[in-house]
Amino acid sequence: MTGVLEAIKAAIPSAGVELLKNPSPCAQHSLLVAANDSRAVAEFLRDSLGFDFCSNVSGVDWLPRKVKEEIVHKETVEGVESEVKETVEREIPGFLEVVYHLFSIAKKSGPLTLRVRTGDREGDVSIPSLTPVWKGADFQEREVFDLYGVRFDGHPDLRRLLMWDEFADHPMRKDYVAPDDFEYEPTPHDEILAKVKARTEAA
Amino acid sequence: MSYLPSLAPSQTIDVSLGPQHPSTHGVFRMNVTLDGETVVKLQPVFGYLHRNHEKIAEGNSWLAAMPYTDRLDYICPLTNNWAYALAVEKLAGIEVAERAEYIRVITAELTRLQNHAAFLGFVLGDMGAWGTALMYAFREREKILDLFEALTGARMMCNYMRFGGCRCDLPDGWLEAARKLVDGFPAFLDEMEALLTGNEILLARLQGIAPLTPERAINGSASGPVLRAAGVDYDIRKVDNYGIYNRFEFRVPRGSVGDCYDRFMLRVLEARESVGILQQAIAGIPEGPVVNPKAKQRGFRPPAGEAYGRIEGPKGELGFYLISNGSDRPYRLRIRPPSLINLTLLEELCLGTKIADVMVILGSIDIVLGEVDR
Repeated sequence: MTGVLEAIKAAIPSAGVELLKNPSPCAQHSLLVAANDSRAVAEFLRDSLGFDFCSNVSGVDWLPRKVKEEIVHKETVEGVESEVKETVEREIPGFLEVVYHLFSIAKKSGPLTLRVRTGDREGDVSIPSLTPVWKGADFQEREVFDLYGVRFDGHPDLRRLLMWDEFADHPMRKDYVAPDDFEYEPTPHDEILAKVKARTEAA
Repeated sequence: MSYLPSLAPSQTIDVSLGPQHPSTHGVFRMNVTLDGETVVKLQPVFGYLHRNHEKIAEGNSWLAAMPYTDRLDYICPLTNNWAYALAVEKLAGIEVAERAEYIRVITAELTRLQNHAAFLGFVLGDMGAWGTALMYAFREREKILDLFEALTGARMMCNYMRFGGCRCDLPDGWLEAARKLVDGFPAFLDEMEALLTGNEILLARLQGIAPLTPERAINGSASGPVLRAAGVDYDIRKVDNYGIYNRFEFRVPRGSVGDCYDRFMLRVLEARESVGILQQAIAGIPEGPVVNPKAKQRGFRPPAGEAYGRIEGPKGELGFYLISNGSDRPYRLRIRPPSLINLTLLEELCLGTKIADVMVILGSIDIVLGEVDR
């Protein structure tokens, strides 16, 4: 994994790539790639390092988190200097993450885990599509767009995959609340009921 | 001079195939644009069977996701179980009991046999041989489902694998019954081949239809039989050596041109190799516990981290990507569905073919809608 990282750094010096350690016993570490550089890095991985098979594309939703940190600072009270510990809550903003699992058919190696993150969860949710690099990401990126709301710039056909086109929300998000009735439509029945109610209340 | 009204050559007609159509193997729709009988555009429409297993799993315990995996590719529940168990074992570093490894190989290869048998029947149905071939195939499949029922209590919703092993040991006489079935299976394949593979109509319907090059197959993330039929030597049983597959001798069949005939014949050849694996596994199975006693099932809390585990399912690479935050339920459970991803190339394969071939091409990819839509 570090070899891959060094190769990327050597080929594309400006690329923002970072190694993320995975504490699990399987030790499948991942590469966090800056969204702007992901297309160049993906093309380099495919053409020069032989990662020709994009197996799996997953979306992950990370909600904003609050992290408690202890800060020690010195305070002078009535001429006596003392160290005061203070707990400060820092908020890490939420983001959406797209994880690509790459394999090499030719070298029979992998998985190489590639992660690309959006700026936040609401406005800045665009990242470059890797479908032009690996056609196999096509439906899976559409699924991530559908269920998580990540917009893939440069995707040839970015439509919902599993939910219907009129559906407005993104059901795999952690804060998604399912409606009581997915197919609710107002019917004349409700209007009549309201009229009857108004009449009985008036009487 | 012609008295027929002249049609503009570019006039096309849109046809919606599905979602209720016997050849689409479930509720699956294709919007096809036709120029005469030739396909010029094809858009698959998914989601009729979408239940969002991935979301359901986030609200349940790690073990409770196991029975849901049965319902992905409901033709092959035991391989789905194995893929999930394998991913969890990778995530938490659980060792699998020796006897359970053999049981897993035996049940997985039996699953492959019955999937490929059903495939032969379905694809013949797609070509118009509706019923007869399927009955021959399902006769064999039923025998294997009987074995599954004796072992797990269910014919299709098996829920059999556990983290570090399997739920229960083989019942008395099960291995003997399995051995008899496996020894008799090549006769079924011979019978099928004698009836079909030299058949002129079958050759005309399959050969040269929708060829696939290795480069396109790899770039389109095709996996399993579709990838190997295109001539790529890539079998996850050989590449990853998961479970105990390195102890068995078997060959990886490959196609040469990747057309429908290659995809069809590859299943027959794979089934023959599976018979060999089964005979070796049944002969070599040791005594012992069927589950690692140290592996926790209920109240299982894997340490924080993530893992991607995959197996060679009968339809292709079935993978599970798991993220744990140390709690008793998955933070993220992603299923890599081979049926869905193999359909990426469907439009490319169908362009320029006749409408009658679309069903055969779809059949030759071998999908199950429970897995496509999840």
